[in-house]
Amino acid sequence: MSVCLVTRFCQTSSILSQFKICIRKSQRYNSSYAVSRHRWIQSLSVLPGITFRRTSTQADKDSVDLSKFPADRIRNFCIIAHIDHGKSTLADRLLEMTGAIAKTEKNKQVLDKLQVERERGITVKAQTASLFYNYEGEQYLLNLIDTPGHVDFSYEVSRSLSACQGVLLIVDANQGVQAQTVANFYLAFEAQLSIIPVINKIDLKNADPGRVESQIEKVFDIPAEECIRISAKLGTNVEKVLQAVVERIPPPAGSIDEPFKALVFDSNFDHYRGVVANIAVFGGRVKKGDKMVSAHLRKTYEVNEVGLLRPDEFPTQKLFAGQVGYIIAGMKDVKEAQIGDTLFLQEQQVEALPGFKPAKPMVFAGMYPMDQSEYQGLRSAIERLTLNDSSVTVQKDSSLALGAGWRLGFLGLLHMEVFNQRLEQEYNASVIVTAPTVPYKAVLSSAKLIKEHGSEEITIVNPAQFPERSVVSEYLEPMVLGTILAPDAYTGKIMSLCLDRRGVQKNMVYIDDQRVMMKYLFPLNEIVVDFYDLLKSLSSGYASFDYENAGYEAADLIKMDLLLNGRPVEELTTIVHRERAYTMGKAMCERLKDSIPRQMFEIAVQAAVGNKVIARETIKAYRKNVLAKCYGGDITRKMKLLKKQAEGKKKMRRIGNVDVPKDAFINVLKRKEK
Amino acid sequence: MIRSTCFPVLFRVLRRFFSEVRTDVRECASKPDLTQEASLYVHWPYCLRRCSYCNFNKYIPKENKDNIMTECLQRETETLLQLSQVSCITSVFFGGGTPSLADPSTISAVLETVSKQASLSDQAEVTLEVNPTPAGKMKLEEFHLAGANRFSIGVQSLRDKDLRSLGRDHSSHEALQTIEEARRLCPGRVSVDVMFGLPKQTAESWEKQLSELLTVCDDHVSLYQLTLERGTQLFKQVQSGGVSMPAEEVTAEMYQHARETLHQHGFVQYEVSNFARNNSESRHNLSYWRGKQYIGVGPGAHGRFVPLGEGVVAREARTQTLEPDVWIREVQQMGHGTRRRIQLGRLDLLEEVLVMGMRMTDGISHKHWELFCPQMNLHEVFGESMRVQELLLGGQLILDDRGLRCSWNGLGLLDSILPTLLAELQGHRCRQLKKYPDLQWRL
Repeated sequence: MSVCLVTRFCQTSSILSQFKICIRKSQRYNSSYAVSRHRWIQSLSVLPGITFRRTSTQADKDSVDLSKFPADRIRNFCIIAHIDHGKSTLADRLLEMTGAIAKTEKNKQVLDKLQVERERGITVKAQTASLFYNYEGEQYLLNLIDTPGHVDFSYEVSRSLSACQGVLLIVDANQGVQAQTVANFYLAFEAQLSIIPVINKIDLKNADPGRVESQIEKVFDIPAEECIRISAKLGTNVEKVLQAVVERIPPPAGSIDEPFKALVFDSNFDHYRGVVANIAVFGGRVKKGDKMVSAHLRKTYEVNEVGLLRPDEFPTQKLFAGQVGYIIAGMKDVKEAQIGDTLFLQEQQVEALPGFKPAKPMVFAGMYPMDQSEYQGLRSAIERLTLNDSSVTVQKDSSLALGAGWRLGFLGLLHMEVFNQRLEQEYNASVIVTAPTVPYKAVLSSAKLIKEHGSEEITIVNPAQFPERSVVSEYLEPMVLGTILAPDAYTGKIMSLCLDRRGVQKNMVYIDDQRVMMKYLFPLNEIVVDFYDLLKSLSSGYASFDYENAGYEAADLIKMDLLLNGRPVEELTTIVHRERAYTMGKAMCERLKDSIPRQMFEIAVQAAVGNKVIARETIKAYRKNVLAKCYGGDITRKMKLLKKQAEGKKKMRRIGNVDVPKDAFINVLKRKEK
Repeated sequence: MIRSTCFPVLFRVLRRFFSEVRTDVRECASKPDLTQEASLYVHWPYCLRRCSYCNFNKYIPKENKDNIMTECLQRETETLLQLSQVSCITSVFFGGGTPSLADPSTISAVLETVSKQASLSDQAEVTLEVNPTPAGKMKLEEFHLAGANRFSIGVQSLRDKDLRSLGRDHSSHEALQTIEEARRLCPGRVSVDVMFGLPKQTAESWEKQLSELLTVCDDHVSLYQLTLERGTQLFKQVQSGGVSMPAEEVTAEMYQHARETLHQHGFVQYEVSNFARNNSESRHNLSYWRGKQYIGVGPGAHGRFVPLGEGVVAREARTQTLEPDVWIREVQQMGHGTRRRIQLGRLDLLEEVLVMGMRMTDGISHKHWELFCPQMNLHEVFGESMRVQELLLGGQLILDDRGLRCSWNGLGLLDSILPTLLAELQGHRCRQLKKYPDLQWRL
């Protein structure tokens, strides 16, 4: 109960912005406060006429009538950027300048609401904020859609872009164009959006905006004059950004006179009100009480509430063509608000807008409760978390050593780590995550098996179910096209790393006299776990990396087992390329040796393909392990240490007679630096 | 305060008298109640120099504070004895620091204080740690007269090179002389401490040294593997690569060899690091491992006792203030320098009983366990666990009619066994509490 209150609380964390700071402090502990606030919000929305009683900002004092904002007074835009280039800081400034939030020192990553986002300094979930801006005496409604930066969440970016007509492309004045700048640019470019390049952090000592402008010119073919040089941190030239949004981004098409038509570009689940769908209105208007239909399921709903996101939910009377906001219509399941779905009014059917392809999970891992008694609790935590993250796929799984659990599919490793962290932080769940794997495919040759599976080609997300070579005509592995940007001093090292990961170079260009952009075709499994970490460390943090999926290619794959004292550990089975089996097997044995604490007996760690052992490491037995001196004064210290070890013992998984720490299952795939 | 050389003799006579009048030692020992008796540890914090391996609570004094220290030790002894309300002190141990630097009158003064408040039998073991320097040797007779009846001599090594690298201030020759003198005074009640696993030490040189030691030692030997402690000079030297320590295989061999050799010479191993023949086990140290009460007096001393005098009924883990000058001030102001008191819950106490008891070759007898845990016997707590079964089958652990103990091999691996036993004990308690929420596990 308290968990959902907290979640609920986070979502609506401030109506009265002057309460913001104290609310944030009390988020985790004060659930009774959350209850009373919640009731207040509910009563607010049912009382007509007081929906705009916000006290802190200029716009709120006026009674906002959204009908005063025809499409040509509306601009919908995104901010896209490489990680850490200052996207969230610019968003904070824009919110402050337009009065959406009070201007204080404490506005940091206002749109990043999740604990994991704040801790890691990343954006995971796209957020929307409607801003009122006065330009040349006219009031404009600017809808800012904040987007995640990491490649794992690029599907969120493309969804957000669909609701926009333009983007602010932020580039760090010091770091210049990076891999995700390139990836995000192409997403916007392909969506045919207006692109406003913004060079941020010009206040930094090493800032070189001139150089960044020429990179932008060279890589994106955008004239240097179009760049706006700003410091989001200090607020320098941020006003110019707002002006450019009005001047350079076209207003949304669509007219109030057309039938209502809206695109669902995101959705959240609220435990009290059901699904809250974020929509971009492409035509007509919608208000409370309207009967609305979802094009996908053909189900009819009555609209309970519409409003703006400022960035918190802000109920309004109506939403009009060109506007971006939210809608609550009694949908009980996130699946009812399919992202990419089209909404229209019951009496005025329209043609559905082109939707999105559903996000495809590219990394799979087993997830198991620490203790089987926690199974039910973990199940409900996963269910609740996936309500707000429909890109995670869940399927039941079980293993001999770990018991009943699930096999989950994620968009990438960061996505998986974030999900795991949210489980632990927001639901207090303790889980074992097994080594991640990518979705391989096998083309079956046996007619019997084809019949069994109902198709010739099958996808394998669990290495334990990898079909034998004898029944398969061909194995396929997922490929990605990677973009790497780095100073040319590191080119040699990067090329040998890529070669080591079976990368094939497709292209290499200098974006200025020092920086190189390389394109490589990689098997996904080669880059999924630790490629980025290694790339970062061998380039002293200067290289950046992004990738996009590039289909499947045939590959000579084999299943490799790992054995502890001769006993195969199903959870550690991996699929490897035949050529890499030996090095991978050796590396995995080494990692496992480092992860498993020494025990009283010798432990043989082996990698095997079929019956053939291809690598072996030995964890030596303790020959002596006892504290020499233990008298009166030594007890306290010794007890502390032993109790900690006893606690650790409870958290280990037993495989045969070997105690294995839970992080060993994922560490085993991380390759050591050479 | 009386400070004459004849006092200790007088005191011993008086003590004999008192012990006859008050309680007989046998009567005292037979009392089953754990709170009736305790052993006493007295910490003398001063040293002449810092040994390179030692991280113990010791201070190199700038000025002589021996008199004040003695007064305060007496005062704190008095206070804590009152607090504990024990009627019998079963043994006294003067440790340090370097207690043999103290004046022998300090020993008699503290013993006198004890005798005034509780019975201290003439037979009770009174051990003094001795640094085998010529000065230490000279004073042994006086210490003996003052009431010490057992000497524990910090020989550490019979190789002068080792002694120098350890930063000790004695030579092997001086050590041998000190042993001889101590044996003359207290035959059968002299212990020698030696260390193995010293920098650059080989198994052969250790074995040779041990044979030499066996020709001169008395009936008690403590063997300690040198442990690297953070913050010591030796630790830094090893970290920086200046000094290399023997590998684990080598120290394991040294340990096993020593156990066998000592066994051949009639020594019985009774604890991880302690060996005795002719029933010369250290009573004082045994009482720690048997989970008995002890009172710690002096800077940084630890204690475990029930402060009945304050109306508390649970055992407390108590620590005295570490720094001698601060401790002195506190004792002068409040009568004691107790800095930290932690009440031990039922489970905490059982955990200590387990961890300490398993260090003994006899382990934990059923009777011993029942004293602390009458609700649940050893078989019930440990017998059903799969992990414990593995240890039993693996031959590291023995659980039988006598009780729970390590095998010969298991003892050297005790720290790998204990986490399993502790986890089992904790888990068992959780299960019991789930099953019977009303179960009174706390005292």
